[in-house]
Amino acid sequence: MYTQGLDQQGRPAAKPDALETAEQLAAFQQRVDAEEKIEAKDWMPEAYRRTLIRQMSQHAHSEIIGMQPEGNWLTRAPSLKRKAILLAKIQDEAGHGLYLYSAAETLGVSRDQMVADLLSGKAKYSSIFNYPTLTWADIGAIGWLVDGAAIMNQIPLCRCSYGPYARAMVRICKEESFHQRQGYDILVELCNGTKEQKAMAQDALDRWWWPSLMMFGPSDINSKHSAQSMAWKIKRFSNDELRQKFIDVTVPQAEFLGLRVPDDDLEHDAETGHYRHGEIDWQEFIDVLAGNGPCNQQRMAKRRKAHDDGAWVRDAASAYAAKQAARHAA
Amino acid sequence: MSSKEWPLYEVFIRSKSGLSHRHAGSIHAADDQMALDAARDTYTRRNEGVSIWVVRSSEIVASDPAETAAFFEPAEDKIYRHPTFYDMPEGVENL
Amino acid sequence: MTYDAALLAYVSRLGDNALILGQRMVEVVAAYPELEEELANANFALDYIGQARMFYTYAGELEGKGRSEDDFAFLRDENEFCNCLLIEQPNGHFGDSVTKLVFFDAFYLSLLGALKGCKDARIAEIAARAEKEIRYHLRHNTQWIVRLGDGTAESHARVQGSVDSLWKYTGELFAPDVVDRTFADEYGGPDLEAIHDQWKTDVKTILDEATLTMPEDGWMAMGGKAGRHTEHFGYMIAEMQYLQRRHPGASW
Repeated sequence: MYTQGLDQQGRPAAKPDALETAEQLAAFQQRVDAEEKIEAKDWMPEAYRRTLIRQMSQHAHSEIIGMQPEGNWLTRAPSLKRKAILLAKIQDEAGHGLYLYSAAETLGVSRDQMVADLLSGKAKYSSIFNYPTLTWADIGAIGWLVDGAAIMNQIPLCRCSYGPYARAMVRICKEESFHQRQGYDILVELCNGTKEQKAMAQDALDRWWWPSLMMFGPSDINSKHSAQSMAWKIKRFSNDELRQKFIDVTVPQAEFLGLRVPDDDLEHDAETGHYRHGEIDWQEFIDVLAGNGPCNQQRMAKRRKAHDDGAWVRDAASAYAAKQAARHAA
Repeated sequence: MSSKEWPLYEVFIRSKSGLSHRHAGSIHAADDQMALDAARDTYTRRNEGVSIWVVRSSEIVASDPAETAAFFEPAEDKIYRHPTFYDMPEGVENL
Repeated sequence: MTYDAALLAYVSRLGDNALILGQRMVEVVAAYPELEEELANANFALDYIGQARMFYTYAGELEGKGRSEDDFAFLRDENEFCNCLLIEQPNGHFGDSVTKLVFFDAFYLSLLGALKGCKDARIAEIAARAEKEIRYHLRHNTQWIVRLGDGTAESHARVQGSVDSLWKYTGELFAPDVVDRTFADEYGGPDLEAIHDQWKTDVKTILDEATLTMPEDGWMAMGGKAGRHTEHFGYMIAEMQYLQRRHPGASW
């Protein structure tokens, strides 16, 4: 699951390295423009490498932290079938984190380093995972809305100019194709169920709608950073374009469920064929990104604890491998 | 003992018999056996394989992208290695 | 005990073991020592949950009262679950999990091997499928107990502690009750004594390789098979069942 919002923090666009010549940069841009894939050991501008490392590691961290809100309902899933499906989905997220860390490692950064940056708070992950899952319906809403928003973003990434990232995304998109459906399926069941179940579904939509729209990040029309990512073909659509696309496909899905999208200003514009939506509360987005969301501390504390608790295990395996190697050598 | 990162392994999977192993991705593992298990649990969750190879990434010898031209272009002008180079006379069959 | 009652009790007990172990494993999702191991744990838990579903579905059919797999999992009380005490123990640290799985899987693999040849075709079929899964689990966890036992001084001490503290729950696995005996006599079920001998040999080999000491057989905790559990169990079941209990008759 990925969000574009992370790249919008007003960071200055990376400056070209002093050692890079105009010829090198032009040749690189030519390859990108020709839709050639850039591979791990190919020459690339330092800023391109740094942008990719940041984006891919944030993407990976999001997958890993994203396991927590859904994991919150694993022990309480209401049927064995749902329990198995949810577990398979969460396992996929661990796998996707792993694919993405691996792809980022081809750029010369270790997974240890990326994890250290996450744990120290230096690296970010998608803000959406700082919201709590309060009822079972939230598991449906995450699959439907959060995965739905992520897919909008991830499909263009399959054509990203960086080969290892694009290949990881192809695999991820293929595997995630069931994620959104299982979420919607949960909500269909709830909306066809008892009054209480339907209320649960409406409440989940009320709480997840706006944060899902925020996943695409603020409007990036004026973002220099975003323009560079577009030129490098790391990013192919603007945040607003993707958000609009998401709203256009999702609103009819909500209507099918008989649920109300919590936006009084939402209306269909017959002329453009798009839905017009109300103002997004960007202050909330900024607050959550700055660490002041409902679950920021909790998510990070759990990740740090898992990492720290596992240290003796990782050390033991390394020590055993070293002993075995010495025994073989002897 | 301070934590040291487990080495990186590259994973190659044969999706069904008759096909070659193909690069699937990589994983970290402390030893070879762990690498095989991790490759199985990571890359064959959807029945993607019948055989797995793992090899330490550090053991792979790769060609240098900077040498791509010198390495590969000389093969480009040996067009006589391809059957389409030869025009066969009309009427000659099975050749 | 009638033959039919013994068969039903036996099948639902197999389901209980698989479910409770799977449920314990999902509690630690997103808290494993390394990402690769996270994927392994999820695979194992999925295998157990899948087995529980097959056993419960069959139990429902045997009973003939229209109960589904979910009725067995979510609408029975604590004392109706007859899983062994070993697998309901809280997760503890990674060494505890690995040890628990080695102890249980070494037993379960032999059990499934024997069940493959029992006279009940359906059990034999499920066992044949489950056996492949458990063979991999046991191999994977055996490697881990060896790494921990023969790793660092700290890991050795920790996992020896796991072995010592979980040992008292292993006796119950092999203590036959009326259900086991009836199932053995009438359906060609496993000979638990023979399985115990095999288990001791296997576990001794594993612990030796892990440079760990096998505890002396002493007092063994019993009761799970008869539905008398440790205190942890009630909380686990309450958490697992709450939605079904809170919304009777609802479909999910």
